[in-house]
Amino acid sequence: MGAELTKLFELVISSSLVNNFVFTWFLGLCIYFGVSKKMETAIGMSVTFTAVMMISAAVSWLVFNYIMVPLGIEFLMIIVFIGVVAGLVQGSDTIMRKVSPVLYHKLGIYLALISTNCIILAVPLMNVGNHYNFIESMAFALGSGLGFSLAMIIMASIREKIELADVPAPFRGLPMAFIISGMIALAFTGFSGLITL
Amino acid sequence: MYDIHRIVCDILELFRLADLAQILPQVGVGGEIEAKESIDVWPLIEYSLIFLAGMGGLFGFVLAFAAKKFAVEIDPRVEQVNDLLAHAHCGACGYAGCEQYAEAVVNDPSVPATLCTPAGERAARKIAELTGKKAEALEKKIARVMCGGSLSKTVKRYTYEGIPDCRAAVLTGGGDKACIYGCLGYGTCSRVCPFEAIKICEDGLPHIDPDKCTACGMCVTACPKKVMEILPASKAVLVACRSKDKAAFTRKSCTVGCIACGICEKICPFDAAAVTNNFSKIDPEKCRICGLCVSKCPAGTIEDFMTTRAKATINDACIGCGICVKICPVDAIAGEPKKKHAVDPAKCIGCGLCAAKCPVQAFDGVFNAEQVRAAKKKLKEAS
Repeated sequence: MGAELTKLFELVISSSLVNNFVFTWFLGLCIYFGVSKKMETAIGMSVTFTAVMMISAAVSWLVFNYIMVPLGIEFLMIIVFIGVVAGLVQGSDTIMRKVSPVLYHKLGIYLALISTNCIILAVPLMNVGNHYNFIESMAFALGSGLGFSLAMIIMASIREKIELADVPAPFRGLPMAFIISGMIALAFTGFSGLITL
Repeated sequence: MYDIHRIVCDILELFRLADLAQILPQVGVGGEIEAKESIDVWPLIEYSLIFLAGMGGLFGFVLAFAAKKFAVEIDPRVEQVNDLLAHAHCGACGYAGCEQYAEAVVNDPSVPATLCTPAGERAARKIAELTGKKAEALEKKIARVMCGGSLSKTVKRYTYEGIPDCRAAVLTGGGDKACIYGCLGYGTCSRVCPFEAIKICEDGLPHIDPDKCTACGMCVTACPKKVMEILPASKAVLVACRSKDKAAFTRKSCTVGCIACGICEKICPFDAAAVTNNFSKIDPEKCRICGLCVSKCPAGTIEDFMTTRAKATINDACIGCGICVKICPVDAIAGEPKKKHAVDPAKCIGCGLCAAKCPVQAFDGVFNAEQVRAAKKKLKEAS
C-alpha cells in the first residue's frame, strides 16, 4: 500500500514539475500563450483543463484496455482518443449550459479551446506507452493538469507585469512571452533528476 | 498473413534502396506497442470499422440526446439585442457583461433600454423597439479631466522611476506631483479606455476625443486620483482644479491651480460658481456656458472647452432698446437709443448673454443664438 501511494505521488510530482508538459515537453503551447495574458482567464482555463483531462484520461484508458486491446486495434488509438475528447468536450458544453449557467458563462469558452490542446492527446498516449494501470493514469492526468495550471499561472502573473514595462517595440507581446517561457523552462530543468521513473 | 514491414522492405529492395529500411519504425507510434511477427489484416479491418462506426454512432446519439434533454430556451430577442450592443465590456450599464444586460433588458420590464451608452442613441431606440420600452433622448455626456496642471505648469516633488502607470505611481506616497489632487499623467485612463478616446499629450495631461468618448465611465473608476468626471458635453466651461490645498501652497505647486479667490463666484451672472474646500466648482445645472469667468479668473484655472466662440453680430431686427449694452460684461456693444446698435468684435468674448436677453432676438453668430430663437418660437406656439 505504501509503495503504491509513493508511486502515485511520484507520478504526480513527475508530470507536474519534473516533466512539466509546457516547459519540458513543450506541448499545449497554443493555449498556453493565448490564455496566459490575464490572470482570470488563466485560472479559468486551468480549472477546466484539469477537470476535462482527468475525465478524458479515465475514459480513454477504459476504451483502450477493455475494447481496443482485446480486438487488437491499438493502432487506432490516436483517432479514438481525439474522438473521445471531442465528444466529452461537446457533451460537457451542452450539459453545463443547462445545469449551471453561471459556470457556463465563466468557463464555457475554454471548453472548446481544450480540444485543440496537444496535452489532451499526449497524456492518454503516454498512459498507453508506459502501461499504467487505471489509478496511475488518473494520477498522471492530475499531475499534468496541475503542471499546466502552474505554467499558465506563472506566465499570467509575469505577463501582466511585462505589459506595463518598457519592452522594445519588436519584442512586445508574443516574442517576449516566448523568451520568458524559454527562461522559465531553463529554470525548470533544475527539477530534472529529482524523480527517476 | 501479411507482414507490412516485410512488404515495405521488399519494395525498397526492388528499387535498390534497401538501406532506407533502417529508418522504418519498428514499433507503433506514441509508445511501445509490441511489434508482432505477422498480423491478420482482415479481422483487423473488420474490427476497426465496426468499432469506429460504433463509437461514432454512440457519441452521436449521446450528444443528440444531451442537446435535446439539456436544451436551454433562449428568447431570440436576446440575440437581437446582443447584436445591437457595443460589446466594449465597459460596465457602463452596471451589468457584469454585455450578454447579461441583453438578457436583463429583454426579460425584466423595469430595466431601461438606454443603459448602453457606448452603443449610442440609435441602438437605444432600436432596443427600446425590440423590447417594447420607451427610450428617452439621452444627452451626450463626455469625460473631463479636472486638472490643468501640465508638465510646464507644475512642480514635481521627486523623481519617479518605476512602472509608467498612475496606479503604480500613486503607491509611492501619492505620486510625484507636488499637488496631490492633480493628474499624474502616466496614462492609466488612456490604457483602460475601451474606445481609445484618451491620449496623453506632450504636456502630460490626458486629451479626450469628444467623438470617440461614450461616457462609459471606465476612466473614472480607473483613475487613482479621482480626477476624471462625466459631465454633459454641452457644459464646456469648467474649473479644471480639485485642489483642497490653501492658496499659498497651491501657487507653489501649480501655476494654474485654483486659489479660491471667489472672483468667479462674484461675477457669474447665473450664480453657478461656488467656492468650497479651497476650490471653485461650477454647478452644471446653472451654468449657461457664457465663458465670462474664463477671462476673469486670475490663475487661468477655468478652462473653456468650446474651441471657437463666434462673436455676436446684431441684425436689422434691433430696436435700439439698449438692454444688451447694460448686460454686456465687457462693454462691447454701443449705439444710440432707438437706433440699431453694433458689437465691437475686438472686445466681444462670445458669451451669449446679449443674445439671451435681447427682447427681439436681434443677435446672430453667438453659439446660443439659434437656441434662443427656437425657445422663443416654442413659447409663442405654446401661448
